[in-house]
Amino acid sequence: MAPERYEADSDPTDLSLKILVAGGFGVGKTTLVGSVSEIRPLRTEEQLSELGESVDDTGGVDRKTTTTVAMDFGRITIRSGLSLYLFGTPGQDRFWFLWDELSQGALGAVVLADTRRLEDSFPAVDFFEHRRIPFVVAVNCFPGARGYGAGDVSRALDLDQGTPVVLCDARDRDSGKEVLIRLVEYAGRMHTARLLDTVGRP
Amino acid sequence: MSTRNGPQGGDRAQPGSQWYDAEAGPLVRPYAMTGGRTDPGPAAARFDLIALVALDANAPEAGGDSALGPEHRAIVDLCRTEVQSVAELAAGADLPVGVVRVLLGDLLAGGCVKISRPVPPAQLPDERILREVIEGLRAL
Repeated sequence: MAPERYEADSDPTDLSLKILVAGGFGVGKTTLVGSVSEIRPLRTEEQLSELGESVDDTGGVDRKTTTTVAMDFGRITIRSGLSLYLFGTPGQDRFWFLWDELSQGALGAVVLADTRRLEDSFPAVDFFEHRRIPFVVAVNCFPGARGYGAGDVSRALDLDQGTPVVLCDARDRDSGKEVLIRLVEYAGRMHTARLLDTVGRP
Repeated sequence: MSTRNGPQGGDRAQPGSQWYDAEAGPLVRPYAMTGGRTDPGPAAARFDLIALVALDANAPEAGGDSALGPEHRAIVDLCRTEVQSVAELAAGADLPVGVVRVLLGDLLAGGCVKISRPVPPAQLPDERILREVIEGLRAL
């Protein structure tokens, strides 16, 4: 589907949705964003200032006063006026305060996992579980990594029942699309379930 | 309009090469472009990374005279081709998101741009839209 041009005057009903891509360092976040995005992955940088000081241990680092955190992002135009934005979250734990902002209003998240370093995905799984943000775990099947089934990964990560686990190849566009489709389906189910839950309460 | 990194000086040992390079950091400190302001102003609330920015009535003509600074104009020019998200503007203008937010606050106050609020977290899009997203992804 060719992305349609926006009208110069934007429709007030323009809608943009946000999906986060999280996971450990080097697990393939940028690759996944790049394989499904219609624009080449852009990088946006956020400068840490006073906000960072309480988080960063700057002791002994007197030369550097600002730190730049890079975030990758990509875009998929569903139709004119409806776009999906993907954000690769900063990998390092000390930039987690940025995740809070990123996750506000997010439709859901993809936690990328590598079975050789599964523990790297624990923090992301915890983060989204605690904030009740719908997420799927996508196991990036690296060549040479021992093959595990989705069930093995689900047990190893101690996921809540129902959290989807998808095996994928982050370099492959169709595979990346499938991960996003599973996430949107799951986010829809979670949303409906929560609505029913609210209605059902006395 | 790349002020973030100095010219690619490269090899310092070379005679006549620049004494500064990319590692020296931005030549102009980012918040110098905002006059030191870090707050986008009360009208701006907090622009989300995916808030969409479109031109408004008071936007200056392309190449026209205006009192706006070069970074403000760069943002206006980026919006001229198509509606852009705050994140795209930051990447396109090669400026930190925090700086872009302040500049957008100015442009909004001056009636140069319109900024859409993204869907509030509590009101995730309805099922119809999610279905549309899934079908759109399948058709990619």
